[in-house]
Amino acid sequence: MAELKVNINGNEFKNPVIVSSGVFGYGREYEEFVDLSKLGGVATKGTTLYRRDGNPGKRIVEVPSGLLFSVGLQNPGIDYYIENELPNLLSKGTNVLSNIAGSDIDEYVAIVEKLEETDAPIIELNISCPNTSGAPLGTSCAGTEKITSIIRKMTKKTLIVKLSPNVGDIAEIALAAEAAGADAVSLINSIHAMKIELGSRRPFFHNNVGAYSGEAIFPIALRMVWETASKVKIPVLGIGGVTNGEEALQMMVAGATCVEMGCAIFRDPYAPLKIIEQMNEWLDNNGVKDINEIIGSVKPW
Amino acid sequence: MRYVQGKYPLLAKNNIARGIYEMNILAPDLAALAVPGQFVHIALAGHSLRRPISICRIDEAHGVIKIVFALKGQGTRDLADVPVNSTLDIMGPMGNGFTLLEPGRKVILIGGGIGVPPMVGLSDYYREYATAISGFRDASIKILQDEFEKNGSRTILCTDDGSAGIHGFVTQPLEELLSSDGHYDCVYACGPMPMLKVISGICGKYDTLCQVSLEQHMGCGIGACLVCAVNIRRDGEEHFLHVCKDGPVFDSREVVW
Ligand SMILES: Cc1cc2nc3c(=O)[nH]c(=O)nc-3n(C[C@H](O)[C@H](O)[C@H](O)COP(=O)(O)OP(=O)(O)OC[C@H]3O[C@@H](n4cnc5c(N)ncnc54)[C@H](O)[C@@H]3O)c2cc1C
Ligand SMILES: Cc1cc2nc3c(=O)[nH]c(=O)nc-3n(C[C@H](O)[C@H](O)[C@H](O)COP(=O)(O)O)c2cc1C
Ligand code: FES
Repeated sequence: MAELKVNINGNEFKNPVIVSSGVFGYGREYEEFVDLSKLGGVATKGTTLYRRDGNPGKRIVEVPSGLLFSVGLQNPGIDYYIENELPNLLSKGTNVLSNIAGSDIDEYVAIVEKLEETDAPIIELNISCPNTSGAPLGTSCAGTEKITSIIRKMTKKTLIVKLSPNVGDIAEIALAAEAAGADAVSLINSIHAMKIELGSRRPFFHNNVGAYSGEAIFPIALRMVWETASKVKIPVLGIGGVTNGEEALQMMVAGATCVEMGCAIFRDPYAPLKIIEQMNEWLDNNGVKDINEIIGSVKPW
Repeated sequence: MRYVQGKYPLLAKNNIARGIYEMNILAPDLAALAVPGQFVHIALAGHSLRRPISICRIDEAHGVIKIVFALKGQGTRDLADVPVNSTLDIMGPMGNGFTLLEPGRKVILIGGGIGVPPMVGLSDYYREYATAISGFRDASIKILQDEFEKNGSRTILCTDDGSAGIHGFVTQPLEELLSSDGHYDCVYACGPMPMLKVISGICGKYDTLCQVSLEQHMGCGIGACLVCAVNIRRDGEEHFLHVCKDGPVFDSREVVW
């Protein structure tokens, strides 16, 4: 049994596997299958200031090696989260990443003011939601720096900024977040994508475009994690298309301290636990005693 | 546990009509939990998303569930290709079943096309007190009428093109039954949305309780990912509730059509 513990900004993770935001709600449903205390962490559904009903029409469809989705941040609002979900999650013996989203800076500020009053240890600042209207703040360095520095000044909690892949150079955006005081960056959020129904000529989603997640995006995410981790000094959390332990380890070799896994859980509700086992098995078979040894151990040509 | 996930043996598979298959699956723990109207979520090799399929019949004594499905795209084609005696990766039973009245109440079961299968589980329960109205595009895709008849349920068959039974839609016999003197305590319906909408309107007119089973594209199947939204009016407000967790069965008066 290799040592699987990792650390981000003083928060100890018993293993690097976190279930990523949006696929897991606030943890209650999948608890039927997964003992949350076995997970490194849980990132909650992106939560806004007020309740949001999300997008009308169909919200998910399978595409080759993955899926497209367009939820539009349906959530019950931050007050509901703080009152009804956060205390429950905090009692589960895992790290809770409170994922928050806003449509402008004022909304983020109002959410963080409320979260600041709670014991939530970690904020995952989603500045990259692909499924709401308007360009997310996280698509420019200036926008990223502005929102990150404003939130940084408001909170002593660990601040992870979640980045969009829908940009020219993600490492530059990560540097902007770092300069503005982020404790870590997580990447990638889903990739803008589209499907059209030929018969009706209508885009599949009411929002016209959706977001691509799943196996297909793993190689893209891995490349972005590597590029980012080789530029920033703060920890990186790798996300995107991870379905097994070896892929999770590739993310870590590329420089990720933790790995978030998202939609693979739809196929296999036990996937997060299996990934942890598979990582451990690989480490044991390859004589690695401590997983921290492999973080960023990539040997580029 | 409300649901289970595992690999369950496929006992039998039959092509029962053009492009429609039935499968019997040995799943004792799942069968023991299931009630009519719930569904299973099936994983297939090479597919990122599971496929939701209604439970057609539950044979708790033998630990067997039956599903009936139509070929639609690659997922259902791959499902139909799964060989007998191999296993299927199934999660279930998912969702809330139909609300059952006490046995002996008179009910109407309406299935449109591939919406017919979940009605069989209700016929197993209400038996001769059920009238099953089934509608198909044409006679080549007519399914499950024997099952209703063996239960003693009355069957009324409709086809859009008149190639079998009544030439017309299921809503015509429904209106006749409800306007006749025989009192019905509940109408259960599953099928295409436009059909359900008209049924809901007719039941409203005769002040008869109506439970509809809805479909939506799904991810998790358990209420976590919020992708299977349907617009429901509850407590005077419209909400996007979720077919997998809050449904698939809804009171037709709540559905914002
Ligand atoms: C609660 C519920 C019960 C169902 N019961 C049955 C049943 O008993 N028998 C039966 O034949 N079919 C049933 N369906 C529909 C069945 O799930 C779809 O026909 C099937 O998912 C199509 O997959 P595909 O890959 O063959 O088709 P494709 O059209 O290629 O599928 C592409 C994607 O869209 C999704 N999708 C397409 N149509 C539907 C649909 N109508 N509902 C949900 N997702 C869809 C698929 O799951 C897949 O992710 C049910 C659906 C729901 C939601
Ligand atoms: C249905 C669904 C909903 C999501 N909702 C959110 C969200 O609310 N906030 C967020 O930051 N990311 C959200 N994501 C993105 C995931 O957290 C993750 O970044 C992305 O799916 C890539 O990882 P994966 O390929 O492992 O799923 C969502 C993803 C899916 C599939
Ligand atoms: S499919 Fe995930 S909430 Fe219904």
